[in-house]
Amino acid sequence: MSTRSRKSSRAAVAAGLGAVVALAGCASQEEAGVSSGGSTAGAEVASSEIDCSQFEQFGDVDGSEVEVYTTIVDPESQSFIDAFGPFEECTGISVNYNGSRQFEAQLPVRVNAGNAPDIAFLPQPGLLAQMVATGQVAEPAQAVVDNVDEYWSEDWKNYGTVDGTFYAPPLGANVKSFVWYSPSAFAEAGYEVPETWDDMLALSDQIVADHPDSKPWCAGIGSGEATGWPATDFLEDVVLHQQGPDVYDQWVAHEIPFNDPQIAESLAQAGGILKNPDYVNGGLGDVRSIASTEFQDAGLPILDGQCWMHRQASFYQANWPAGTDVSEDGDVFAFPTPVINEEVGSAIVGGGEFVAAFNDDPATQAVQYWLSTGDWANLKAQASQPGWFSANLELDPSNLQSPIDQLAVEQLQDPEATFRFDASDLMPAQVGADAEWQQLTDWIASDQSDQQTLDNIEAAWPQ
Amino acid sequence: MTASDVSQEVVTQATGKIDAPVTESWRSRRRQRRAEAAAERLSKPAASTIAIVIAVLWSIPTLGLFVTSFRTVEDIQSSGWWTAITNPLFSQYNYQAALVDSGLASNFVNSFVITLPAVLIPITLALLAAYAFAWIPFRGRNTLFVAVFALQIVPIQVTLVPLLTLYVDAGVAGSFWTVWLSHSMFALPLAIFLLHNFMKDVPPSLVEAARMDGAGHVTIFFKVLFPLLVPAIAAFGVFQFLWVWNDLLVALTFASNDATPLTAAVADLAGTRGNAWYLLSAGAFITMVVPLVVFISLQRFFVRGLLAGSVKG
Repeated sequence: MSTRSRKSSRAAVAAGLGAVVALAGCASQEEAGVSSGGSTAGAEVASSEIDCSQFEQFGDVDGSEVEVYTTIVDPESQSFIDAFGPFEECTGISVNYNGSRQFEAQLPVRVNAGNAPDIAFLPQPGLLAQMVATGQVAEPAQAVVDNVDEYWSEDWKNYGTVDGTFYAPPLGANVKSFVWYSPSAFAEAGYEVPETWDDMLALSDQIVADHPDSKPWCAGIGSGEATGWPATDFLEDVVLHQQGPDVYDQWVAHEIPFNDPQIAESLAQAGGILKNPDYVNGGLGDVRSIASTEFQDAGLPILDGQCWMHRQASFYQANWPAGTDVSEDGDVFAFPTPVINEEVGSAIVGGGEFVAAFNDDPATQAVQYWLSTGDWANLKAQASQPGWFSANLELDPSNLQSPIDQLAVEQLQDPEATFRFDASDLMPAQVGADAEWQQLTDWIASDQSDQQTLDNIEAAWPQ
Repeated sequence: MTASDVSQEVVTQATGKIDAPVTESWRSRRRQRRAEAAAERLSKPAASTIAIVIAVLWSIPTLGLFVTSFRTVEDIQSSGWWTAITNPLFSQYNYQAALVDSGLASNFVNSFVITLPAVLIPITLALLAAYAFAWIPFRGRNTLFVAVFALQIVPIQVTLVPLLTLYVDAGVAGSFWTVWLSHSMFALPLAIFLLHNFMKDVPPSLVEAARMDGAGHVTIFFKVLFPLLVPAIAAFGVFQFLWVWNDLLVALTFASNDATPLTAAVADLAGTRGNAWYLLSAGAFITMVVPLVVFISLQRFFVRGLLAGSVKG
């Protein structure tokens, strides 16, 4: 190519680019979806007054530094940092907040190398057991244990316990037993929120009959390398509601095999929705499109009226576009997964974090203590954007901004409701974070049979 | 013609005269014939067309990423980037959110602070070691060289925990030092091997002539070898720069909270539950810019560097 033609082609490219820029629209702030200024709640919380005398039991800890290592990154991390404000003011401890999404891979490396953080927020009990096995997790101070006994249900304390020793007080929570729907669309069509699973199926049939151009359900299980996890939540929800907490616990502990007939019954129950071509996949395609749709996008067709119900956790509220009214009579809201088995009644599958300490320095214990108090839960609730709550019984739901969070907390605080931790987080990683994801994806994507799916997962269980 | 090209020419001439004139000239003739044949084959219209098609196909994902990074949140979530051709609506908000709100700007600086020493340290050490292996005869030289060469096959993953333990025991964990040190360690075997190959290529007669004139090791290294090695150093520099800049594993393991480079920050950019994944295209582009500039401006060294490790002929 001669120099001249090279120059002229460059000029042509430049001219082309210029034309594109000139023709292109420039989005205004609003069009670009820029959220208008964050809440100022954080700053207020950071300067609020708490009772400083409660920290006297930890002695003089002024000037200490405590590293808190977590999975929670910006922007959700800001409210954690804010809620440490009054504590730092009281004690003189400075808390170094360190969040990383690679936490679960990095924590074992750091602990094995002797570089453990002072405090880690463990997102699942399985990781707690693994950390306790390294012998480096310190038992909490008695004051922390007292707080947990007082402010958390027995179910929650059990998940912070390894081999009969209590190690880690719970922190935040999320509730996975929710079905999202549009209250305004339901009201317009004259539909009632279903109370039982059978009602919900009847409602689905009703929708199929009334609205041939939409589908009653939409779902999506895509999530990068973790594709399949929303399907495991669906199955767990059904198992807990249909077979009850005892079978659920046996299933998690592998006292019954993964391909037990009871689990097969629940998978068939879940398949009655997820693999029913009449019910799915509103606005997204056929049954197979569930496997290829990212979970973040899967509920959005509800807003266009192409889909009516979407089973997903409380944290899905962050995925609704800015300006969506999430409330009991707004654009979208959620109802608790309906009762399947009267004997089981209402039950909640959920998740949460646990606060593990890797040393017993007074400053570390003071931080762990602060995180187990009702004061902290309420301050954190005030500082948080929608999407954070805790199972702490001291937490006042009115401190939460979002109606869905309030509903979730009411559920968690209901003494009648059984709480069970997400089963796939409790099972060995080869099953809960590998085989189960893959097999349930195949179950949907390549129409693998229920029995084959369960057999394959059972085969992956480490001996 | 640059200075190094001149010296290269000198070397070729010197080689032809003193070393082994017959084989060398035969070799160079064969090499030339082969290069001509290859050039002829590659300049055929069909070959050019295929090359252009491949180039276009390979660039489309990058173009898509680039277009996406300027689209609005809602557009990214609801339609593919190619729809921007018919419905152009662009904003710089993703970049603003990534650079300012998520603080990628400071990670950008961190990436430079990590990368530059992590390139300079191994090159400096490897030059000295390669010189010793190439031109200083000592007992066990070959054994030691093979040992260093063999270190290349040690996967860095197995070294992470022991290395971190050493750093913790030494009380340096979490600083920039550990990242620089780690990158240097991991780079040295390949660096020594590559630079040694280049140094060995310099005809011994040249070094011997310098020695006859009374030059010591230092003078030989700086006056004779160093000017000839500039392309090799640049080649390895590009290699190492790209490797360190794009590295995530070493940074995650050794860099402390306020020393995290771009790669680690981009990995966290989407937020705890991935809600802000629309920022990733902007984050990816911010990360890509520097390697792209480095690669494009130094690509001829890069290709030469790739060939240096392979069989000569």
